[in-house]
Amino acid sequence: MTVLSLQNVSKRFGDTEVLRGISLELNRHDVVCLIGASGSGKSTLLRCANLLERIDGGDIQLFGQSLLDPRIDEDLVRRNIGMVFQSFNLFPHLTVLQNVMLGPVRALKRPSDEVRDEAMALLTRIGLADRANEYPDRLSGGQQQRVAIVRSLAMQPALLLLDEVTSALDPTLVGEVLDLLRELAHDGTTMLLATHEMGFAREVATNVVYIDQGVVLEQGAPSAMFDNPQEEATKLFLSRARS
Amino acid sequence: MSSSSTTETVAPNLFAPRRRQLLSKRHSTALSIVSTVIFVAVVVAIVFWAPGGVTFRHFFFDPHQMWVAFTGNHQGLASVGKGILTNIWMFCLCEVLVLILALGLAWIRISTSPVMAPLRVLATIYTDVFRGIPILLVFIIVGFGFSELNIGWISHQTPTFYGCTAITITYTAYVAEVYRAGLNSVPQGQILAARSLGLGQAATMRRVILPQAVRTVIPPLLNDFISMQKDTALVSILGIVEAVQSAQIDASQNFNDSGLVVAALLFLAMTIPLTRFTDHLIAKDRTRRLAGAQ
Repeated sequence: MTVLSLQNVSKRFGDTEVLRGISLELNRHDVVCLIGASGSGKSTLLRCANLLERIDGGDIQLFGQSLLDPRIDEDLVRRNIGMVFQSFNLFPHLTVLQNVMLGPVRALKRPSDEVRDEAMALLTRIGLADRANEYPDRLSGGQQQRVAIVRSLAMQPALLLLDEVTSALDPTLVGEVLDLLRELAHDGTTMLLATHEMGFAREVATNVVYIDQGVVLEQGAPSAMFDNPQEEATKLFLSRARS
Repeated sequence: MSSSSTTETVAPNLFAPRRRQLLSKRHSTALSIVSTVIFVAVVVAIVFWAPGGVTFRHFFFDPHQMWVAFTGNHQGLASVGKGILTNIWMFCLCEVLVLILALGLAWIRISTSPVMAPLRVLATIYTDVFRGIPILLVFIIVGFGFSELNIGWISHQTPTFYGCTAITITYTAYVAEVYRAGLNSVPQGQILAARSLGLGQAATMRRVILPQAVRTVIPPLLNDFISMQKDTALVSILGIVEAVQSAQIDASQNFNDSGLVVAALLFLAMTIPLTRFTDHLIAKDRTRRLAGAQ
């Protein structure tokens, strides 16, 4: 079943064309990794997918419904798509537990007792239940990012967008976040992620997409992409990314 | 022989010169006591030994006159103590009105919806105009102008009503800008995160932006409110008998300005607790969020 489909998507910021006709398809349980140099358009693509940015051309469909349709409620769209950011963006004025509960309680209007139990279960799963009542700035970067991931999961989204979620972390903290993502992939979470972690992409991706200057230059199964890239630019990028 | 800078064999002297040692932080309590004593002594000495010291003390610090001005008497002296109550309730009323109206104004100014475009222009003009006009002129225009207009209930209000209106109009413009700066200071990532959770614009404002903006806004907001407390004294030009007006009545009847000093002290008694309270709030928030940080 197709969850998300992008058809010939283009996006401009002023005179700069950031996305130039990108097409992409995500089925349920797919883990698609976007790779490419910084500034190639990976983050913009993710933001377009949950309507944080408006696209200038092409179409985006979620479960077969065009998100460009003026009758679409963008808040409803976003409630079905989780997003995790490079810089965590936890709410500093709320405790860890309140961060996780905010979406379900305030956006989905679910009763907070019920949500609290689920949120505690999620925090237990990532081993942070004992930090539930602390404020995010007392947590390490890795812990904060795991809370941010769990915050999106609390909405029970059909799709998770992850924008270079380990790029702002200390090298020693990257592992714990990737472990959680591995687990999610194993459980069949549908994910679209922009990443610089090539080893991780190779391991969990069902599909790897190389983006260069706003176009999909090459895509395929991870083994094909990493062991036998066809395009010169892909080879060059991968050899640099490995070193 | 090598002149490399790393071959130095004599240990360098790391001690500060003696004079700076005395001023170091180790002696901070002693130093602050000494400097306070010297400062107070100089001020007292000037007041006592100045050529006109006796007259000065009599005119401004006569305890008997101060007490009479504070309480008022039956020979027609106005009570500064009673007058300050007028300042206090005017201030309290205006503060509440300004807090609410300014938030609305700031909200309009930062809104992005095309529907709000005409309101945005009006809001911008409003803040520009009322931050640009001296408040004294606003008092005169509202206080004397509105009653001249002769339109229904607007023109038949008390001077106190016009005074409060003028203060509210002016300070709404200032405080709206304070709010706007605070709302803009919340990082964009916070808004993106809230919207990504499917929170609407209103919920994002209420649950994510406002609570964070309040923290940055409190100190500048308090500055404006302290100014506002003092500006309630300006309503005296509309003939309202508040603290300063009372003190002036007393001064012209007694040829003694001690009442003005009483008014000054009463204003200080209002503003200083407010300042201390805000500092306390800020410090409490700081410790709460940094408590036990690793």
